Amino acid sequence: MSEPVLQVKNLKVYYYVEAGAVKAVDDVSFTLDFGVKMGLVGESGSGKSTMAFALMRMIKPPGKIESGQMILDGIDLLKLSEEKMRQTRLRKLAMIPQGAMNALNPVMRIDKQLIDGMLDHGVIMSKEEREARVAQLLEMVDLPPKVAKMYPHELSGGMQQRVTVAQSISMEPDVIIADEPTSALDVVIQRQVMETINRLQQRLGLSIILIGHDMGLMAQSVDRLAVMYAGKMMEIGETHAMFRDPLHPYTRLLIESLPVLENKGVFSGIPGITPSLLNPPEGCVFHTRCPKAWNLCQEATPEFVEIKPGRWVACHLHTA
Amino acid sequence: MQRGQGFKGFLNYIRRNPAFGGGLLILLLLLLFSTVAGYFVPKEGAYPLFTTPKQKPSAEHPFGTDSVGRDLLPTLIYGTRMTLSIGMIAGCIGLGVGTVLGFMTGYFGGLFDTIVKFFVDVLMTIPSFLLLITISASVPNPEEMSVIQMALILSLVSWVQPTRAIRAQVLSMRERAFVMMAKLSGMSGMEIIIKELMPNLLPYLAISLAGAVNGGVLGSLGLQTLGIGNLREPSLGMTIYWLRYYNAFLQGYWWWIIEPVIVIAAIFIAFLLISIGLDEFANPRTRRTV
Amino acid sequence: MSTPLLELRKVTKIFGSRHDYTVALDDMTLVLDEYFPKIIAVVGESGSGKTTTGMLLLGFYGPTMGQVLFRGRPLRELRGAELFRFRREVQAVFQDPFAVYNPFYKVDNLLSIPIKNFKLARSKAEARELMEDALERVGLRPEETLGRYPHQLSGGQRQRIAVARALLLKPKFLITDEPVSMVDASLRSTILKSLRALNQEFGVPILYITHDLTTAYHISDYIIILYHGSVMEAGNVDSIIRKPNHPYTKLLVSSIPWPDPDLPWGGTEEMIQKSQVAFKAITGCKFAPRCPYKMDICETKAPELFMPERDRVVACYLYRDHTVLPREELSSVFAQA
Repeated sequence: MSEPVLQVKNLKVYYYVEAGAVKAVDDVSFTLDFGVKMGLVGESGSGKSTMAFALMRMIKPPGKIESGQMILDGIDLLKLSEEKMRQTRLRKLAMIPQGAMNALNPVMRIDKQLIDGMLDHGVIMSKEEREARVAQLLEMVDLPPKVAKMYPHELSGGMQQRVTVAQSISMEPDVIIADEPTSALDVVIQRQVMETINRLQQRLGLSIILIGHDMGLMAQSVDRLAVMYAGKMMEIGETHAMFRDPLHPYTRLLIESLPVLENKGVFSGIPGITPSLLNPPEGCVFHTRCPKAWNLCQEATPEFVEIKPGRWVACHLHTA
Repeated sequence: MQRGQGFKGFLNYIRRNPAFGGGLLILLLLLLFSTVAGYFVPKEGAYPLFTTPKQKPSAEHPFGTDSVGRDLLPTLIYGTRMTLSIGMIAGCIGLGVGTVLGFMTGYFGGLFDTIVKFFVDVLMTIPSFLLLITISASVPNPEEMSVIQMALILSLVSWVQPTRAIRAQVLSMRERAFVMMAKLSGMSGMEIIIKELMPNLLPYLAISLAGAVNGGVLGSLGLQTLGIGNLREPSLGMTIYWLRYYNAFLQGYWWWIIEPVIVIAAIFIAFLLISIGLDEFANPRTRRTV
Repeated sequence: MSTPLLELRKVTKIFGSRHDYTVALDDMTLVLDEYFPKIIAVVGESGSGKTTTGMLLLGFYGPTMGQVLFRGRPLRELRGAELFRFRREVQAVFQDPFAVYNPFYKVDNLLSIPIKNFKLARSKAEARELMEDALERVGLRPEETLGRYPHQLSGGQRQRIAVARALLLKPKFLITDEPVSMVDASLRSTILKSLRALNQEFGVPILYITHDLTTAYHISDYIIILYHGSVMEAGNVDSIIRKPNHPYTKLLVSSIPWPDPDLPWGGTEEMIQKSQVAFKAITGCKFAPRCPYKMDICETKAPELFMPERDRVVACYLYRDHTVLPREELSSVFAQA
């Protein structure tokens, strides 16, 4: 099915500080289809975390969603009232946060935390129905039933993260935003949690946006990949195609700088430093570090264009 | 934190931290009241038989007079000065001792730490006020007690809180990576305490100072209200002692009661606000993100 | 045979109280020589004891049993000039690029203080030159970094300054604890390159502590795999990563997410059931509760270091038919160039 479940158009999120406006997300657009796992990858300062909160409309002052559209299942989320948006969260759009131990209530048992969200949304359930639902959710995230009566601190990091996954699917939303769900976990547990998320996605037909900085994890986990840099979207495409033939120089440099078995001893990074989001460079935001930059790159911001079906890129090399 | 721009930065900070600014303002007003105002008012007025007693506030005596003929305006002016002096001296001694002990025990630990901790624990358990009364009572001629003497007695207990607070901070701070780096850079223990730890603990030192001074004021008030200490020289505690002695409540001398109470309340509020303000300053520093 | 620079001699480190304790490191012996300019990776997950190893070698933790020695002298006995020499010769780069800076001072401090204390320059000008040179070597521009406060620089810049410090000091040994894990991917290579240069150009041996097998593979010559305080496998990094022997190493390697969509996560025959139980010190092999090849003996007696090849050892009874290397001689497996 290639119908879009979420469409983001020209989204701008700025943070207003004393010195001016920090353009955390600057005119970003992308589409997420039903049943697709999309990775949103970027380094620090790329705007990916801001994106996560913007999608949930959880940006707090001094941040502000300046303009744009976020259309979920035909409804523009930015036009909803506060109350309607609250109803949308968890029911249609859920988030798996980074760092489960901060997201879970330390003094509440797991079963209560799993059900709380549903009860808040007005779902009426008898005691048996609640217990059944808790058991079902735990089974879906590969946790043993006894976890229900435990407290968060009694669980390991991986188990805590699975609980937050279970919370996010409790109302079977259309879209799940996973904000670096495994960054605090060891590599073995990371794989297990990611495989759990994978299995869930297939079983429930969810659409997922996986936000992170680990390209390796992305290669293993997502169907489509979106690359952000300094608040702007650089390239979007199908994962295989992106790795095989990256169009944007930033994507290419990023992939080449990753250590793999074959390139032992070869160290190549991206020279320079990430630009200030307060005063981004003129023209293309990457031109100061781009090996392929020429005068146009300094003068004009490249358009984000679909140059092949399903392949978008913002680079003068391909659009000029 | 924006450490530059000196005074302007300071004013800027006050704008963002109204509690601190407010407290500082009240304190400043109290200091002005107790010092500058004293130039306009004769000190003799703070002693008995200066003028007509039991007068309500009027143009001639804006604060009224008490039962033995003290003009309450100079009484309060010089009284505030004395009480604040006692508090500040006791507070500074308490902070000084507390800083040294807190840093040494927190950073070096060992036998010294065990001994100091013992004393701290003992002093925490014994009601400090009883201790102060006992000590004051054993001083010869308590009625002739000077500011310094009272401050010294108070400082016997005012060092405890600062020591505990600073020690706790040092214990947590010494595990931090920048302390490890300092060691790897060849710095000695004392160097690390002075150059690395102390600058970071300035807000805590300030809070401890505010607390110690406050405690000193409270202690002196308590002692003097009970009649311990110098009852001839004007101080806030002494004023309260005399108004109780002369039954100001039953006699209806409301001005005699309200005035010292307002000043005392102002002192406590000032220090409370300063503490609150400094607390906010101390904590978000560690939350400073880049 | 000269005295080794650093030594962990049968060191055990236990945290906690009598009833609730954790064995962070279990009977570990490691001999590190200043004239052996190789990079040794210490790899493990959280709770493996890798950070504890670094902290013990730097003298920030004291051993519960055994000794930590610097040039043959126990660390806890070092005083005065000896202690100063220890601090001069053994340096570190830590994980958190922010925590190593005192927020009160400019970042220059990180470089200028050791220069002053260790008398590396004869004048302020010379010191400045040393600092600028070191910064340029890590790809930073002195005019953009010196004179700034830590919060004014990015994480990547701060970490590079920490590495510049190591370059400047040219210690006899460098201990790095997750030096790139809090740094952006594009910057990791640059920092690793600087570390490699320190090792190859200046002959500084490095202990590279990490949970990230890929960077460990890239930068190091040898590797030690730790699990719950015990050595599982150790030796030449190439052979161990490409052909892991120990079931735990196999699990680790198969969990690496390679940045290649055509190289999926490793074979599922190594998928081991999640260990839900809180780990308590047990007799026998630490990995036994999770091991698919567990035998009876694994639960009663911890395996010795078996040597299937000259340049690697594995603590697993699956290889019991090979020669045993006494634990105290673990480091000899690194000498096989």
